[in-house]
Amino acid sequence: MSTETAGGSSVEYIQHHLANLSVGQGFWQLNIDTLIFSFLLGALILFVAMKIGQNLRTETPGRFQNAVEGVLEFVDNQVKDSFGGKAPTLIAPLALTILIWVWLMNFMDLIPIDLLPAIAHGLGIPHLKIVPTTDLNTPLAMALVVFVLTIYYNIKVKGFGGYLKMFLFHPFGKFFVPINVVMTLIEELAKPISLGLRLFGNMFAGELVFMLIALLTLGATLSASLLIWFPLQVVLDLAWLIFHILVISLQAFIFMVLTIVYLGMAHIDADSH
Amino acid sequence: MNINITLLAQIIAFVILVWLVSKYLWTPLSALMEARRQKIADGLSASERGKHELKLAQERSAEILRETKEKANDIVAQANARANQVLEDARVNAKVEAERIVAQASAEIDREVNRAKEVLRTQVSAIAVTGAERILKREVTIKDHEAALADLIAHI
Repeated sequence: MSTETAGGSSVEYIQHHLANLSVGQGFWQLNIDTLIFSFLLGALILFVAMKIGQNLRTETPGRFQNAVEGVLEFVDNQVKDSFGGKAPTLIAPLALTILIWVWLMNFMDLIPIDLLPAIAHGLGIPHLKIVPTTDLNTPLAMALVVFVLTIYYNIKVKGFGGYLKMFLFHPFGKFFVPINVVMTLIEELAKPISLGLRLFGNMFAGELVFMLIALLTLGATLSASLLIWFPLQVVLDLAWLIFHILVISLQAFIFMVLTIVYLGMAHIDADSH
Repeated sequence: MNINITLLAQIIAFVILVWLVSKYLWTPLSALMEARRQKIADGLSASERGKHELKLAQERSAEILRETKEKANDIVAQANARANQVLEDARVNAKVEAERIVAQASAEIDREVNRAKEVLRTQVSAIAVTGAERILKREVTIKDHEAALADLIAHI
């Protein structure tokens, strides 16, 4: 490895890869690459949706329509399992959007890590992070929307009083009201934070491992040591890539299931809690 | 990787995307799937009904076949009875007719016999008179003749 000679360049490489293409400073910093890639993937979903929608067939669905119907039914079953068949009409489309969008954004992680940034560099763009879910803002944005919906449905189902009661008398009964408030507050806040951080953490770590694998031959010159490092890099990269296919699917699925579960919990009455 | 204004942008993007997915992907596709489910359910119940109707029709056709067979048997039996009747009638008629013919014939015979007898009687008396004339060589008077005739006829 070339770390002895290029320790500084390794750090530089990683830091470069961790920086977003952005405008503005501090809180007003806008990560343009995150937005562009997540919008593009959202547009892809809608484009495909329109494409299917143009020629929906009840009798003889095409292969692609069949596949999408399969995903739809899968999500619908998850929702029905959690809600017992009386979910609000928003839940299933929300879960479907999360599943597909998160999966597609995670999928960007499987594109060779230097490919798009290198092309961008050639075009004069200094930084490019192509995986929107490795930007904390994206998972947290979705988690916060889910959090707001959780509060909305809690109040809608239990009433404001019922929601308040959940904070006051749960989990230890009416003699421990202050403890209950703290406990429930932590419990409720932990949901969106863990939801967002779980996805972010997995994707960030995954990307970091790809970077470390890429570092194996970074800046290497044509030499005998390359004969060892290059095959090792290929094998490691392939192994992590295959494993990561599982990870990105699993994380998208977990995000969706937890969303459904949290919203489902909001629909359970406080008394039966 | 700091939290910044991108968060707000992504929240808005996410909400809009959920709305669009709901409108353009979820709603039409799930409506279609529901329609298909309904159609399949209808088809299954229709086939069930068809099966039931087929069973009923089969039962009815068997019933009709049975009735028809019975009727045919009745008709055949009736025809047999009628034929026997006709045969019997014919036999009786023939017997009666035969007896009548026999009776007629025997009456005819009797009459013929009587007539022959009558003729014979007259001829015999005439022969007898002629014979007697020859023997007597004389004319028998009308009176004698008639007396002899009457005598003869009474004898025969």
